Amino acid sequence: MPSGTLAPLGSGSGSALSYWGPNEPHLPVSPPTADIISTVEFNHTGELLATGDKGGRVVIFQREPESKNAPHSQGEYDVYSTFQSHEPEFDYLKSLEIEEKINKIKWLPQQNAAHSLLSTNDKTIKLWKITERDKRPEGYNLKDEEGKLKDLSTVTSLQVPVLKPMDLMVEVSPRRVFANGHTYHINSISVNSDCETYMSADDLRINLWHLAITDRSFNIVDIKPANMEDLTEVITASEFHPHHCNLFVYSSSKGSLRLCDMRAAALCDKHSKLFEEPEDPSNRSFFSEIISSVSDVKFSHSGRYMLTRDYLTVKVWDLNMEARPIETYQVHDYLRSKLCSLYENDCIFDKFECAWNGSDSVIMTGAYNNFFRMFDRNTKRDVTLEASRESSKPRAVLKPRRVCVGGKRRRDDISVDSLDFTKKILHTAWHPAENIIAIAATNNLYIFQDKVNSEMH
Amino acid sequence: MMLSKGLKRKREEEREKETLAVDAWWLDPSLPAAAQAPPAAASSSLFDLSVLKLHHSLRQGEPDLRHLVLVVNTLRRIQASMAPAPTLPPVPSPPTAPCAADSLLASSDAALSASMASLLEDLSHIEGLSQAPQPLVDEGPPGRPVGGSPPSLGALDLLGPATGCLLDDELEGLFEDIDTSMYDSELWAPASEGLKPGPEDGPGKEEALELDEAELDYLLDVLVGTQALERPPGPGR
Repeated sequence: MPSGTLAPLGSGSGSALSYWGPNEPHLPVSPPTADIISTVEFNHTGELLATGDKGGRVVIFQREPESKNAPHSQGEYDVYSTFQSHEPEFDYLKSLEIEEKINKIKWLPQQNAAHSLLSTNDKTIKLWKITERDKRPEGYNLKDEEGKLKDLSTVTSLQVPVLKPMDLMVEVSPRRVFANGHTYHINSISVNSDCETYMSADDLRINLWHLAITDRSFNIVDIKPANMEDLTEVITASEFHPHHCNLFVYSSSKGSLRLCDMRAAALCDKHSKLFEEPEDPSNRSFFSEIISSVSDVKFSHSGRYMLTRDYLTVKVWDLNMEARPIETYQVHDYLRSKLCSLYENDCIFDKFECAWNGSDSVIMTGAYNNFFRMFDRNTKRDVTLEASRESSKPRAVLKPRRVCVGGKRRRDDISVDSLDFTKKILHTAWHPAENIIAIAATNNLYIFQDKVNSEMH
Repeated sequence: MMLSKGLKRKREEEREKETLAVDAWWLDPSLPAAAQAPPAAASSSLFDLSVLKLHHSLRQGEPDLRHLVLVVNTLRRIQASMAPAPTLPPVPSPPTAPCAADSLLASSDAALSASMASLLEDLSHIEGLSQAPQPLVDEGPPGRPVGGSPPSLGALDLLGPATGCLLDDELEGLFEDIDTSMYDSELWAPASEGLKPGPEDGPGKEEALELDEAELDYLLDVLVGTQALERPPGPGR
């Protein structure tokens, strides 16, 4: 379980909520190509951070071990490996191009020296194995240093090749390709706690795969209506329970969550629990359904709660209470009166992700104008921060931002009307144990760290 | 203008008109957010906007299903709010907007359902060709079926008049680069339309039958996977 982390949002001393500073000295870190980041994921120890982008590339960052000589600089994240995961493909039957964009990356728990991750685009999931090579054999009998065959007449004695150290080389190889499992677009993958199976979900179906078997999968959820005319709801996200290998949840475009138990039936169309909040009649509008569509669902590390993100809020649900969430946090309620324009420019369909911190006490999600928000569940305080080059100089500390909605405007406030809706933070990730967060802002990756916490070590 | 600078706007020329009317309504600070019934003109422009979105979505090679479903559901909500109550006696004439809305409803509703149905059926039809059959579903998703929608149409009916007023040639253009020679054969013509004349003029009945069987065998082979999809054999094989 993650070590107790101090609340990053102020320790009651009344000082500014400004403990977050950029990792130094490389931030902001840009991926090798200026492409839009489409997913961010820490591995189970937080040592590795993977990003996927629209060009089908995966970039893995590794945290450098803390230097004893310079205790101030916590381990930074440097590029560890880059590889092309998916290429654009062409579906000849439908005459359509399949995008190479990486929708999701999920790490497998590490079981040996190698690291493994699953990456997926709209249609195909791939298992990648990442290994290190830091030794190479030298002193072959039949080959020379360059690898050319020796003239046998010059070989007069035999030697045993020895392993000599070499510069570290990271090798990535595709171990499995799980293809042809999905007709519709894959939106989620989730590795089971049994470490043998994983699931992939598209708009209408969820499949269960065994990590070692690629030529077949088991369909566990199918919400496709017999008559496509009757289609009114799609699956938007899904995740396995972190501890109970038989339980998983999936969310829908109508704002509901369904918890399913794979022991109950082979086809989990009938949920074990349905989590749904009744519509608030005072907030009812034409756009009620769109803004209730859940864009992300995440179990807490404890497994007791679920976190969901819809267009305007993040909600915490208790697995034992289906009727309503136990907590609701407004991400950007000032947009509620702008829904029509946001519908017009399609921003209302943006899918934001959400994240728990290691101790499940703080939740985080992205917003517009490169803002991201954190909510402390215990103190009920929240903060808005910005991921931008200006605020990310080394040793800088992030300044809380504020959006003003009319009335008194403070000096550094941003007015709602000057928010940049093209700068959206859709993908965020929180280190599993420490107060380190990764924020994807279009084609830039920001890694922020809680400075105060580091000093307390 | 409440849209911030730097924001990309699609299809500006079509949306310019609607934006102002719609925005004005939603931004009116004196009106509580949603407690009031929207004026008919605003509903109508929201309806038009939604229809445009639906159109745009359907034109994608592979529509984003979530986007499509949300837009359609929103459209249905707007339609429902615009439909006049059936039991009310005729009221003194309201502004022209509701009439425009009604005619839009009349022309678009059937077309909307038809085009939506046919496109989704088409997606489903293509899936049937490319995948093994999926397990049957016991219960579909909760949701009201479209009231009074026409029976589900096959892919060919996209060319019919029902969609003409809503979806223009661009939709047919969607299929231009697909080899439709398989579909053009008389095997696929709905029974009610009668058989079209084959490529050769006036074949004897036996020859026509033989043509059908050869093509039927070919198509079965394709579906079973023993033969790759290619141009169907000509007559007289």
